[in-house]
Amino acid sequence: MTPVRRSDYIETCPACGHELPTSRLKRNLKVCPRCGKHGRMGARERLDALCDKGSFRELYRGIGSRDFLNFPKYAEKLRQAKKLTGENEAVVCGVARFGGEQCAVFAMEPGFIMASMGSAVGEKITRTFEYAMKHSLPVVGFTASGGARMQEGVLSLMQMAKVSGAVGRHGRDGGLYIAILTDPTTGGVTASFAMQGDIILAEPGALIGFAGRRVIEQTTGTKLPDDFQSAEFLLSHGFIDAIVARTELASTIALLLRQNKRRRPA
Amino acid sequence: MTEEKKAIEMIIDFSEDDKPMTAYDRLKAARATTRPTSQAYIERIFTERIELHGDRQFGDDPAIIGGIGYLGERPVTFIGIEKGCDIEDRMIRNFGCPQPEGYRKVLRLMRQAEKFGRPIICFIDTLGAYCGADAEERGQGEAIARNLLEMMGLSVPIISVIIGEGGSGGALALACANRVYMLENAVYSVITPEGCATILWRDASKVADAAECLRITADDMILFNVAERVIPEDFDNFDEMCRLLANQLDADLTELCKLSPKRIEEDRYERFRRLGIIEEKTESYRVVINAKLPRIRINKEKLKQILHLRKKGLFRGAKRRKAGQY
Repeated sequence: MTPVRRSDYIETCPACGHELPTSRLKRNLKVCPRCGKHGRMGARERLDALCDKGSFRELYRGIGSRDFLNFPKYAEKLRQAKKLTGENEAVVCGVARFGGEQCAVFAMEPGFIMASMGSAVGEKITRTFEYAMKHSLPVVGFTASGGARMQEGVLSLMQMAKVSGAVGRHGRDGGLYIAILTDPTTGGVTASFAMQGDIILAEPGALIGFAGRRVIEQTTGTKLPDDFQSAEFLLSHGFIDAIVARTELASTIALLLRQNKRRRPA
Repeated sequence: MTEEKKAIEMIIDFSEDDKPMTAYDRLKAARATTRPTSQAYIERIFTERIELHGDRQFGDDPAIIGGIGYLGERPVTFIGIEKGCDIEDRMIRNFGCPQPEGYRKVLRLMRQAEKFGRPIICFIDTLGAYCGADAEERGQGEAIARNLLEMMGLSVPIISVIIGEGGSGGALALACANRVYMLENAVYSVITPEGCATILWRDASKVADAAECLRITADDMILFNVAERVIPEDFDNFDEMCRLLANQLDADLTELCKLSPKRIEEDRYERFRRLGIIEEKTESYRVVINAKLPRIRINKEKLKQILHLRKKGLFRGAKRRKAGQY
């Protein structure tokens, strides 16, 4: 039993009610040791935990969103999100190493307006793919998103096409793209770069879908099963390659990067 | 500036009694059941048509119609989202909400068009992709994602015409085009105004306000560079309207077909690459709106808005990108 430090809070697992100190939970990558429930993880926290120690170098930090439509409450929301997460935008991009293998990486921050995709998110991810293409690097992307950011109107929708274009170019150039879907990946992000990976992994129990559960229940007037749109549901329907526990994720990514290294044409 | 001002003055429509339509008026017009659907346009624009069916994997989605026909002398692939013309037809066609197999059919027809070097013309009119448990099970998200990915890489020219509603990802899956036209009263949006009102104010009845906030009209699309042309509506002389549209399509295709296949893909990539308005800390605001004047009737209020913004320096032309700056 780990001693409880002064600075620790006691956290309760939302799934099984197991209680344990924050530091322990953090050391276990926010996975409940009793029931295996994967808690949500911030972008930077995730990169710190999964990339090789000290290998992450951030790119495009200066890019942020603008309330160009004067949309109700958007400016306020942006300000709050920045304060809450300490990030400038809902995605963190850069280069890092997994098991010594260099790659470009992006991770989305669910605390930032539900990691919705606006112009800035689209721009950052597009640039990450363009950077990877220029330097012949694979891309590892951790997705989590509530969908397109409606506060930026139709331009947020256009980001789906913009990113898809960059993913396509990177892919045709022979680049590897591993998408890791985390809880929750929905809407416009599912319908674009989350589902465009050469290899698509997901975390256990992650919610992954296109239309929201409530919307479907309302339109069709039926009750949906509990595991609907879970990672396990997608695996059984053939839409993802594998479910990998967070504690195994770093080594799995390293293995995949090693296996899919570019070979010189024979 | 003076030159620009002059140009703007020339475009102003001086008919005073013409009350400008609000975004909500246009939304209602775009959804009107009396509005012609894709089928009607396809019948009038293309000759010697043959309709092709099925995605070769699961089924044939009646919400998507597609095939091959002639636009003037040129064989083209046409694809449309069809809402249906009467209530029975609408039921069959699922009110123009495509299923995943619909999007896969689109992709199949597009690949086929690319193989034989045919340009592609899409007609878009949908509330959005169908959201139901079965659609999710068959991978609605994956189907749209695949369309976006492949469409962005096609080496034949694509022109998409939004004839009614352009609803979110379900519309975008047919709109990764080299040129996008909007009909005068068509709308294009990331979320239905109803959905937006529910999220914002927990009140679906504030649709009009939401429609205004979201900026969904054809004028807005020109402003944001999301569309290139606005097609005037004249449903009383529908044949004539279609003839003009066909001429426009033909003219733009002639232009696009001059490009090499590689350039066509680049043209599309660059078109979407420009879209988005961001703030970059390392340099001054990079506002990516092209200030080229829209070739449309512009109402006075909007004009005032633009001029006001321009005075504040917020509405500037796209800065020239430095080489390799992307």
